[in-house]
Amino acid sequence: MDQFAHFFSDPIGISSLTAVVAAAAVVIGGVIRRRNNSDRNQPTDEFTELVKEALGEQIEEPEPEIGEQPETQSQTGAKLDVPESMTGRMSRLKARLAGSGSFGAALVNLFGKTNISETDFEQIEDRLLMADLGLEATDELMKRLREHAKVLSASEPAQIRAALRADLLELLDPHMDRSVHYSPDGPTMILVVGVNGTGKTTFIGRFARLLVAEGRHPLLVAADTFRAAAAEQLATWAQRVGAAVHKADHEGADPASVAFDGVKLGIDSGADVVVVDTAGRVQNKTTLMDELGKVKKVMEKQLPVSEVLLVLDATTGQNGLQQARVFAEAVQVTGIVLTKLDGSAKGGIVISVQRELGVPVKFVGLGEGPDDLAPFSPEDFADALLAQE
Amino acid sequence: MFNSLSDRLTSAFQSLRGRGVLTESDVDKTVSEIRRALIDADVALPVVRSFTNAVRERAYGAARTKALNPAQQVIRIVNDELVEMLGGDTRELARARSGPTVYMLAGLQGAGKTTLAAKLGKWFAGEGERVLLVASDLQRPQAVSQLQILGERAGVDVWAPEPGNGVGNPIEVAGTGLNHAIENGYTIVIVDTAGRLGVDEEMMVQARAIRERVNPHEVLFVLDSMTGQDAVQTSVAFRDGVGFTGVVLSKLDGDARGGAALSVRGVTGAPVLFASTGEGLDDFERFHPDRMASRILDMGDMLTLIEQAEKAYDAAEAEKLAKKMRSGEFTLDDFLEQMNQLRKMGSIKGIISKLPGMGQYREALDNFDESQIGRIEAIIHSMTPAERDDVSILNGSRRARVARGSGTSVQAVNAFVKQFEAMRKMMKQVSGGGIPAMPGIPGMPGMAGARGGGKSQFTKKQSKKGKKKKKKGSGSRQLPGRQTQSSASQPQTGSAFGMPPQNAAPPTIDDLPDDLKRLLNR
Repeated sequence: MDQFAHFFSDPIGISSLTAVVAAAAVVIGGVIRRRNNSDRNQPTDEFTELVKEALGEQIEEPEPEIGEQPETQSQTGAKLDVPESMTGRMSRLKARLAGSGSFGAALVNLFGKTNISETDFEQIEDRLLMADLGLEATDELMKRLREHAKVLSASEPAQIRAALRADLLELLDPHMDRSVHYSPDGPTMILVVGVNGTGKTTFIGRFARLLVAEGRHPLLVAADTFRAAAAEQLATWAQRVGAAVHKADHEGADPASVAFDGVKLGIDSGADVVVVDTAGRVQNKTTLMDELGKVKKVMEKQLPVSEVLLVLDATTGQNGLQQARVFAEAVQVTGIVLTKLDGSAKGGIVISVQRELGVPVKFVGLGEGPDDLAPFSPEDFADALLAQE
Repeated sequence: MFNSLSDRLTSAFQSLRGRGVLTESDVDKTVSEIRRALIDADVALPVVRSFTNAVRERAYGAARTKALNPAQQVIRIVNDELVEMLGGDTRELARARSGPTVYMLAGLQGAGKTTLAAKLGKWFAGEGERVLLVASDLQRPQAVSQLQILGERAGVDVWAPEPGNGVGNPIEVAGTGLNHAIENGYTIVIVDTAGRLGVDEEMMVQARAIRERVNPHEVLFVLDSMTGQDAVQTSVAFRDGVGFTGVVLSKLDGDARGGAALSVRGVTGAPVLFASTGEGLDDFERFHPDRMASRILDMGDMLTLIEQAEKAYDAAEAEKLAKKMRSGEFTLDDFLEQMNQLRKMGSIKGIISKLPGMGQYREALDNFDESQIGRIEAIIHSMTPAERDDVSILNGSRRARVARGSGTSVQAVNAFVKQFEAMRKMMKQVSGGGIPAMPGIPGMPGMAGARGGGKSQFTKKQSKKGKKKKKKGSGSRQLPGRQTQSSASQPQTGSAFGMPPQNAAPPTIDDLPDDLKRLLNR
């Protein structure tokens, strides 16, 4: 084993080892392939039939609704639309969280009872876990809740419910500053980061729309030079909401250089907010995280970066915490954006994220429309989880 | 992949390993650790419950028989249950009897459908199929152009009559795409659809309409492997809303995660067919439940590795390589070529992490920078052909020159030469049969060689003998010998977790997961 371990002491060793492994795999593969050839050819026709049958049975005659496309067309004249008010957005969040989820409803049932038993506690625990709060946060909440129950007397569900809400709220820390920090002099630099497919570009589009509605002049910088058509996607958003856009003139350009040029353009053109979109990356790819660090560094060569927003998908489970940790280390995240909160997911992981990193959740993404972005409110989030209206 | 689940299970078993007998209270303790490990890995609560119940019951049974070697017992039970929960045997994708086979992709926004479409397309094109990608995601801005660009990269055609960005009817596009495929003799049609939420009934209706229009042979549900507890609700919503026949797990190249694989399978019963493991179009592999279970238990994933290697090397090349390795004529030029081949197989990290017992090196691997390969190439390129053929002629001044030429240091050159020589030695063992000194595989051939002196002699003899023989012949001929060798040289137990061996009864070859048994010729 020692003989093996020394290969891991340096990168050259790892590469060499890999070469050996690959070579070995070829050799072994030769042997195995020959052995397995016989049992590889499984008949699939039978299955095809089964699938066809199954598909045939499931047809329930939903009319194909031609022409019923969601009306993205009308969104193109964004400057003319009045974006929805913030209060309106939050009440929609509440309605969605309360309505769609079983969590809120179940707790309502629970608290409607006159007595709380051990099974009820277990149920509450399950519900918290199922909202992706994670073991640690759940354990802590449950511990506190049990203490409250002892003090309060278990026959007062309303009080226990209030205690749970207060504890949940405390975990969410309502006193955090959740405003977007705008730079007093020069354009405000905002960097948007996150893993693949969390909705960075979509968030930026909606955010830009908010900025425009507030009378600002945002410049969107497409430093996602990796994903095919990512820059075009951002440009489409910019066009819709009436923001300026900067993108590389060729595909696969160095993202840091695009960001640098973008910031420069922002300064020269008198934009007041420069939002830099980056390529999605899974946090365990060190090289990509280094690349992200570089993007931030070159931006800072011209102006300090006011906000680094980490976009987290509400459906993400416990890995969200790891994401937040690594991104925070690489680019000093200053705020969290919780997207896709309108589905069945509860986004409970942000509680752990906020708690561990002390970084506030600043926005929530709610749906598919251009106005489906709202500032995060801990009270409403807690209320929505507990379905208290 | 599944790193934290594997890590937590490992620590759960650690306390068991030292003991001789398994008691019921041990079982309860371990099961509660397993429960926490699974929840931490995002396995959905109902699935966790049924899993831990099954494990507990079987482990009680083992405890009642006063079984020896408790860790092995529980590991085996967990492994078996994991395989069962992940879906037992794998299956092939359904194919059409005549005409084009149609696959439809569905899933939440950002799950990775468009990328997967291109990956699938490239994979099928590599198997000689004529592939048509159909751009039915007209919702997300520029999804159509993304598919077009990816299609070009994958070398397959894309059917995109509508510009997207909210314009056009995705059902029509799917329909005309299928017609186009039939008329033009495409054999595979992959329909990319817009991401949608399980709770969005309108979009579900649309997805159903697309399905009815193209009558797909498989509807593949693309699920982000980072998904938390919501995996249950989402997959149930898609099962009831669209109806899918198989699952593709995406973004499995990230860390932790993976519980979603267990959840979706446990709740919907649909098999996970593929795993998407990176941003490149080749970063895509079949999902093998048994291998995945081994992986969760940190037993590595040799079979996938072998498959990848086979795809990257053709038979003649492999033959040539094996010969060179056996004879010890493997030069730096060959090494360079190897490196290039390796790139075809995907990332170095991906390859290494498929080896059994690599969990302990996770940190070293995580810190490994793939761009280091460039430095190694620079070192080799800075050598003369004579030096590349025979590194032993590299004296001090030559090394200094190479260091200057490659922009590295003499130390780096020294380190590399040393590693290369060690590697060559290893290669000789490999070609003598089996993987050398793999930590954590009990009794892997070559293990003895690494530990004592006896094996190296054995290897030498074998390799000399093997020199004149054909590669495959010599390989398989040695297998029976390897098997006895391996079962005889199993000094450790619980080493499945890459931990230092502790005293316990020697496990038999039956204790190995099926993968390894197969490797060892059963």
